[in-house]
Amino acid sequence: MNELPQQLANGLILGAMYGLIAIGYTMVYGIIQLINFAHGEIFMIGGFGALTVYLGLPSGFSLLAAIPLMIAGGVVCSVAISVAAERFAYRPLRGGPRLAPLITAIGLSLALQQAVWMWYPNATKDRSFPQFKGEAIDIFGASIQRGDLFVIIAAPVCMLALGLFVSKTRAGRGMQATSQDPDTAKLMGINTDRIIVMAFAIGAAFAAVAAVAYGLKNGQIGFRMGFIMGLKAFTAAVLGGIGNIYGAMLGGVVLGVAEALATGYMSDVPGMELFGGGAWKDVWAFVLLILVLLIRPQGLLGERVADRA
Amino acid sequence: MRHRSLLILTAVLTTGALTLTACGSRDDDKGGSGGDSGNQTVVIGLDAPLTGDLSALGLGIKNSADLAVKIANKDKTVPGVTFQLKALDDQAQPSVGQQNATQFIQDKKVLGVVGPLNSGVSQSMQKPLNDASLTQVSPANTGTELTQGNNWKTGDKQRPFKTYFRTATTDAIQGAFAANYLYKNANIKDVYLIDDQKPYGAGLAASFKTTFTELGGKIVGTDHVNPDDRDFNSVVTKVKGSGAKAVYYGGEYPAGAPLSQQLKDSVKIPLMGGDGMYSADFISLNKKAEGDIATSVGKPVEELESAKKFIADYKTAGYKDAYEAYGGGTYDATWSIIEAVKAVVADNDGKLPDDARTKVLDAMSKVQFEGVTGPVSFDEYGDTTNTMMTAYQVTSGKWTSKLSEAVK
Repeated sequence: MNELPQQLANGLILGAMYGLIAIGYTMVYGIIQLINFAHGEIFMIGGFGALTVYLGLPSGFSLLAAIPLMIAGGVVCSVAISVAAERFAYRPLRGGPRLAPLITAIGLSLALQQAVWMWYPNATKDRSFPQFKGEAIDIFGASIQRGDLFVIIAAPVCMLALGLFVSKTRAGRGMQATSQDPDTAKLMGINTDRIIVMAFAIGAAFAAVAAVAYGLKNGQIGFRMGFIMGLKAFTAAVLGGIGNIYGAMLGGVVLGVAEALATGYMSDVPGMELFGGGAWKDVWAFVLLILVLLIRPQGLLGERVADRA
Repeated sequence: MRHRSLLILTAVLTTGALTLTACGSRDDDKGGSGGDSGNQTVVIGLDAPLTGDLSALGLGIKNSADLAVKIANKDKTVPGVTFQLKALDDQAQPSVGQQNATQFIQDKKVLGVVGPLNSGVSQSMQKPLNDASLTQVSPANTGTELTQGNNWKTGDKQRPFKTYFRTATTDAIQGAFAANYLYKNANIKDVYLIDDQKPYGAGLAASFKTTFTELGGKIVGTDHVNPDDRDFNSVVTKVKGSGAKAVYYGGEYPAGAPLSQQLKDSVKIPLMGGDGMYSADFISLNKKAEGDIATSVGKPVEELESAKKFIADYKTAGYKDAYEAYGGGTYDATWSIIEAVKAVVADNDGKLPDDARTKVLDAMSKVQFEGVTGPVSFDEYGDTTNTMMTAYQVTSGKWTSKLSEAVK
């Protein structure tokens, strides 16, 4: 049996999820040069928000009809937490040394994990998440689970919407201006504080969509799920060129496919028998990252910006 | 500005610190050196993951130990001695387990420790407890090297720590039993082997492989996964291509559940695992668990005549969480310490001697009683002499016992 289409599909689905989360890293970094390490937890909170909505629905409610409500619930929770974090944890430190907000972000990440662990009912262990019933669908020799169709549809739709928003609307152009030069943008009458809040909010909303995809795919969510996914999404953002929204999605897909192919084929390469499989896939993903950064330090789609570190 | 950020930092640190110590020590100095008052307190330490992924198993352990202590106090099993349980959370992390071990050592009233769940945690607790001559009985550790030393595979068995005992059987026995069951009873000869690279998972997978290939079975592929991952589709695709008839997973249920589900999404073969997978949570987290197999130590307590009282008592006590896989073993582990204390006190005119820890340790090797899981005693390595194993399969959404056998 030819496994290649299946492995590519596995990678693509995983990568699309990384990409959705990576948007949050890249937008915030693009505008205020902050690596928001709490973003993985924003993703996790989106998942719990969606689960709460689902549990609150009357039994017998079809999952398909529940999905938009779950997304809405997840988005509300993650955006609220993200905007609050920006207001109370990051804004007071703006203008301070670069490391201060970074450390705050790490602290916030731990605090959010512990908060969910403590206050969400039964969150001390993984909670089960609703899933679509039914058999997998065959597309080009790869079988795709019903739950995975969600991310396959949601990721391009979200990207398209974001692309239009950034290039066509007034607020989107304000965002571009702020990312190019915040001081000049301010002088031109752009409310940069509002733009920054908007960047946090959009990133959080995308993370919530990714969290619903994660739940539908794996059938469970847990308070620690944001750590690994956040780390991978951050890697994807850097790989694609941090600051570039299309780069984030491309980086996510490249990372996901690289992981799937490393799991599937690395052990077939002569001399690499010991370095293949699921345990080494993360190592290969980072090898790829380093190689890309050696050749293109700004990432796959990143622009070379001289006046920024 | 600076003031506020400081405030936030402090808040974050405090939250962290509070969470870490939330389950911490509660020293009570009352009832200490009563001497002739005839009521002395003996504390039994308990270390298990009470939070996190594995808390379902950990809370079952805590409750079962608590039950043993309560019953001993109610029945006045040791006249003049009141037992207390001091439960600490190790979050399934070796470093936390070691800190807990130190806490137990510093509390002079602690004469024995029950736990932990994870073999990896035990590795970090054994030495400090050994140096303090503090007896430790694990209801769940299956890592063979914990009692028989690192060279047990070559037949050079050496007990590394004289203070370490367990009521659970070893990976060597469990892996062999699993291989036998799969090859002979389930009639499956082609297996894909996956482990999570932790001491428990890797050890179990290795011992399964040894016996399975000896029997003539074929390992059609091996892979390792990261226990924190939840997406195993790439590995599953490899399993599908290998033509395996079953997957043996050395690991625990938090990753085992999604692995099994993704496996069955693409190829309909069962997943088999060890006692780390034998939990009700494995089924609640996995909508396609039907047909999966797990082995666990001892006979199912529900089927044991000797366990009827335990189950009834557990129910009466009204614990919120189920006793899970290690309930019976934990009760026996705790009871073995109580029996040892009883022997020591009886030898010393009904009082605790000054060197109680050493005396309890000496008494442990002679402990012999009818426990929940059957007759309880320890061999020269500190292993249980009861090598009963049971294979379970998920049928109609429940773990159902299929075969119980004493291995040797």
